[in-house]
Amino acid sequence: MAEDYTKVPRFMGGPAGWISIVFPAVLFVYFMGLLPEVAEVPILRGMDWVPSLGIRLSVLLDGLSMTFALLITGIGTAVTLYSSRYLGDHPHYPRFVCYLLAFMVGMLGLVLSDNLLSIFVFWEVTTISSYLLIGFNADKAVSRRSALQALLVTGAGGLTLLAGIIVLGNVAGTYEVSGIVAQGDLIRNHPMYLAILLMFLAGAFTKSAQVPFHFWLPNAMAAPTPVSAYLHSATMVKAGIFLMARMNPVLGDTPVWFWVLTIFGGVTAVFASVMAIRQTDIKQVLAYTTLMALGTLTMLIGAGTHYAISAAMLFLVVHSLYKAALFLMIGIVDHSTGTRDANTLSGLGRAMPLTAIAAALAALSMAGIPPLVGFVGKEYMYKAGLGLEGGAMYWVIAMTFAASALMFVAGGIVAWKPFTGKMGQTPHKAHEGPWQMLAGPLVLGALSLTFGLLPDLLGEYIVGPAARAVYGPHEDLHLHLWGGFNAALYLSLATFAAGWLLYLCHQKLRGFLARFEASNPVDFDAGWDRLLDGFKAFAAWQTALIQNGSLQRYMAVIFATFIVLVGGTYLFKGAFDGAIGLSAAEVHPVQWTVLALIIVGAILVTWTHSRMTAVAGMGVVGIGVSLIFITFSAPDVAITQLLVEVLVVVLVSLVMLRLPYLPRRSTKTFRAGHAVIAGGVGAVITFLMLSVLGSDFDPRLTEFFEKSSYPDAHGRNIVNVILVDFRALDTFGEITVVTMAAIAAYALLRGIKKSTPDEKET
Amino acid sequence: MQSLILTTTTRLLVALLLVFSVYALLRGHNLPGGGFIGGLIGATAFILYTIAASVDEAQRALRVDPANMAMLGVGVAGLAGLSAGLAGQPFFTGQWFFLFASEGNEGIPISSVLFFDIGVYMAVFGGILTLVFALEQEI
Amino acid sequence: MELLLAVTIGILVATSVYMMLDRNVLRFLFGLVLLSNAVNLVIFAAGRLTVGAPPLIADGAYAPDGPIANALPQALVLTAIVIGFGLLAFALALVYRTYMSLGTVNSDEMRIAEPEEAKK
Repeated sequence: MAEDYTKVPRFMGGPAGWISIVFPAVLFVYFMGLLPEVAEVPILRGMDWVPSLGIRLSVLLDGLSMTFALLITGIGTAVTLYSSRYLGDHPHYPRFVCYLLAFMVGMLGLVLSDNLLSIFVFWEVTTISSYLLIGFNADKAVSRRSALQALLVTGAGGLTLLAGIIVLGNVAGTYEVSGIVAQGDLIRNHPMYLAILLMFLAGAFTKSAQVPFHFWLPNAMAAPTPVSAYLHSATMVKAGIFLMARMNPVLGDTPVWFWVLTIFGGVTAVFASVMAIRQTDIKQVLAYTTLMALGTLTMLIGAGTHYAISAAMLFLVVHSLYKAALFLMIGIVDHSTGTRDANTLSGLGRAMPLTAIAAALAALSMAGIPPLVGFVGKEYMYKAGLGLEGGAMYWVIAMTFAASALMFVAGGIVAWKPFTGKMGQTPHKAHEGPWQMLAGPLVLGALSLTFGLLPDLLGEYIVGPAARAVYGPHEDLHLHLWGGFNAALYLSLATFAAGWLLYLCHQKLRGFLARFEASNPVDFDAGWDRLLDGFKAFAAWQTALIQNGSLQRYMAVIFATFIVLVGGTYLFKGAFDGAIGLSAAEVHPVQWTVLALIIVGAILVTWTHSRMTAVAGMGVVGIGVSLIFITFSAPDVAITQLLVEVLVVVLVSLVMLRLPYLPRRSTKTFRAGHAVIAGGVGAVITFLMLSVLGSDFDPRLTEFFEKSSYPDAHGRNIVNVILVDFRALDTFGEITVVTMAAIAAYALLRGIKKSTPDEKET
Repeated sequence: MQSLILTTTTRLLVALLLVFSVYALLRGHNLPGGGFIGGLIGATAFILYTIAASVDEAQRALRVDPANMAMLGVGVAGLAGLSAGLAGQPFFTGQWFFLFASEGNEGIPISSVLFFDIGVYMAVFGGILTLVFALEQEI
Repeated sequence: MELLLAVTIGILVATSVYMMLDRNVLRFLFGLVLLSNAVNLVIFAAGRLTVGAPPLIADGAYAPDGPIANALPQALVLTAIVIGFGLLAFALALVYRTYMSLGTVNSDEMRIAEPEEAKK
C-alpha cells in the first residue's frame, strides 16, 4: 500500500476527517448521556415511514441496542481518528470516509430499529457499505474478490432473512419487534416456526460468519486495517449476533434453537481457534480469533440461560475492546516495520513502547488473564457452561475450554512474540506510531484493564440491562473479578496451563496444521470459486441456448410463443361463442374494394424482390387503411394516416435506394416454417378480433368522453379533446418520443459521409 | 431534380399548405384537425419544398433549426400543462379564459389546451423536418 | 363487415410476420410498417365500427345527438400512427447507419456485440 504515515498529512485528514471523527464522538457522548436512563427503562419512539407496507421508523433503545450503539460510536471514533492518519494522504480518503460513515449509520440504524423491515433495510446498508470498504483498494484483484465474496454471502443471507421477516410478520401480525416479543409463545408453537427460525439463522450465520459460511471473513482482511478493526470488533460481524440476541425472546428457548446454535457456535469457535494458530500473518490470526469469538457468542446465546446470556453480553463487550485494539495495533506495527509476519517480528518493545503496552493489555484480555476484563468474561462463560445440564454442559465447557486455551496461544502470537526477545530483521526500521493511531488502542486497552478491576461498573450499566433485554426480566448478575475458589477458577487455571503448553510448541503445531490443511480436501474458499465458476458456466450455457444472436430465431420464438399462449388460451377457454353472429352480408362494394386493396398491397410487399414495388405496396396498404378510417367515421385518423403514409414513402424511398434489397436467402424449408408461423399469428389475430367484436361492448368510457367533451373541455371534436385535454399527459409523452426519435436519428446520421467514404457493395 | 414548373408552383403551394396547416391546428378543437394533423401538413409543405428546390434552401426558408423547434414545442406543451399549477390544479388540467365574453357571446377562447396543441404542432413539425433534413443531407 | 375486416387484419398480420422473420433488416422494417398498420386497425375496430357519424358535437349542442363513432380508440390510433412513424424513421436511420458501418443488411452478419461462438 502506498500510504506512508511518516509523511506529515493534513491535520486529522482535512474536513472529511474532522467530520468523520466528530460525528461518532458526538453520538457517543449522546448515548452515554442516555445510559443511566436506559439502564432502567428502554426507550421506544417511532414514526410511520411507509404506512401502506407497515414499515415504521421506530427506535428501540434498550440495554442491547445501547451496548451496540456505544460500541459502534465509541470504537467508531477510535477508528476514524486512526484512519485520519492512516489513510489521510490517500487520494480517495474522502470516499473512504463516506463509506465508513454510511456503514456506521447502517449499523446504528440496524441496532436501534424496532421494526423488522427497517432492520432489514439497514442490514443491507451494512452489507453494501462493507462491500465498498472491503474492496476499497479496488485496484487489487484480491480486494475485489474478497469484497464480492462478502457481498454475495452476506447478501444471500440477507435475502433469506427478508423472507423470514415477512413470514414472521405475517404470523405475528406486526413488524414491530416490541410487538413481536410479546407473542413469543404463539410464534414458537406456530407451524411455521421452524421455517422462520432457519431463515433468520441463515441471515445471522452468514453475517456472523459461522461455519460453513465462515470463509468470507478471513478474506475480508483485504480491507484497510482500520476497516478490519471496525468490521471485526463492534460492527458487521456482530450484526448476526445482534439479530440472534434480539430474536432470542421470540425464537429462542426451544430444543432446535438450543442445539443448532450451540453446535454451530461451538464448532465455529474451535475450528477458528485452530486455524488462528495455523496462520503466520498476524492479521489473519486476528481474523480467525474473531471467528472464534463469534462462535462462542452464538453458542452462549443458544445456551439461553440467564447466566449464558449475561456471559454472552459481557464477552461481546470484552471482545470488542480487545479486538479493536489489537487490529489497530497491528496496523501500526505493519506500517512501522513493513511486515505482519509472525515469524519475522520480534523485539519491537523497545522501539515501540506505547504500542507494546496497548498490545499487551489487549492480548492479556484476549488470553483471559487477570486482572483484565477478559478474565472476568472467561470465568462467566465457564459458569454459564456449568449451569447447564447433561450433555449440553460438557459440550459447552469443552468448546469453551478448547477455544480459550487456543486464544491464549493466539494472544501470545500476536502480542508476546513480536514485542519481546531480540529485534528481528524487518523491511523498515521500527519506530513508534503517531498519537492519532496510538490513542485508540491505548484507550481501549486501558478500558479492558479498568473494567477488569471494576467489573460491576460494566455489569450495572451495560451487561445487566443488555441481558435483561435479551433474556427478559431477571435479577442482574453481580460481576466480580475474584469469585473465590470454584470450578470456574479451576477451569481457568487449567486453561492457562494448556494454553502455555500449546504456546511453547505452537511452531511445530503450525507445521503440522499446514500439512493437514494441504491434504484436506474440504476447502471452503476453493469451493466458493467452483460455485461461482459453475454459475458462470451455467449462465454462458443458457445464454448460448436462448440468445444465440440470431434475430430471426428471436422473432420466431416470440411469435411462436404468442401463438401458443394466446391461441391456446382461446382453444381451452372457448371464447368464440359470440363470433358466430357475424356475417359478411351487407357489405358495400366499395368496402370490398378497400379490403381487397389492402390484401393485394400486403401480398405485393411480401412477394416482390423490387424495392420500388415494395414501397408502392406499402403505400397501397397505408391508403387502404386510411380509407377504412374514413369509411368508419374517423376523419382525424384518416387524415393523419394519409399524411404519415406520404411521409413514410418519402423517407423509405430516400433511404432505401441506397441500400441493397436482397432476395430471401433462406432455404425452402425455412420459408415454409416461417409461413406456418406467420399464418398462425394471422389466424390467432383474426380469431381474437372475431371474439372481441362478437362480445358485448362496454360503453362507459366512451359515454363519459361524449358527455364531458363540450361542457368540461369546451371542444366539439371529441378526438382532439381527448388528445389535448383528457389524455394530455399521454400526448405529451408521445411528442417527447417523436422529438427524441428525430434527434437520435439525426445524431446517428450526422457525419456519416465523412466517416465512411467508401460504400461497400454487397 | 430541378423542374421549373415544380419549383414555381411549389412556392405557392408551400405558402398555401402552411396557412392551411395553421388553420387545421386552430380549428382542431371543434372540427377535424389539431396539432398532429397541422404539424404533419406543415412538415409536408417543407418536404415538398426540399424536393423541389434543395435541403439548403428549405432550411434557409425555415430560418430556425427544426430540432430546436421540436424541443421548444415539447417545452411549450409542458409549460401549458404546468400552468394548471398556478390555479392549484393537477398537472394538465385545462385552463380556460374567454376574452371579450358577454351575455350570449362566448367571446374568444384562450386556453392552456390551445398552447398545448401548438406545442404538439411544433414538436411534430420540427421532429419530422429534423429527420427528413438529416436524411436528405447526410445520405 | 366485421368478419371481413377481421380476416383482412389477419392476412395483414400474417404478411408482416412473414416479413419480420427475414434476415434482411429492410424486409424486417417493411414488416414492421405493415404490422403497425394492422395493429392500428385492431385497436380501431375493437372500439366498434360506426358508419357516417364522426365523433363531433354539432354547433349549439352540448352533447352528441344520437350514436356517434367511438372517439377513444381514434385518439389512441392517431397518436399510435405518429409514434409508429417516429419509430420507423429512427429504425431507418439505424439500418442505414449500420449498413454504412458494417456493409450489410443481414441481421445474422451483425455480430459486433454478440460475436459468433466458436463452433463446438
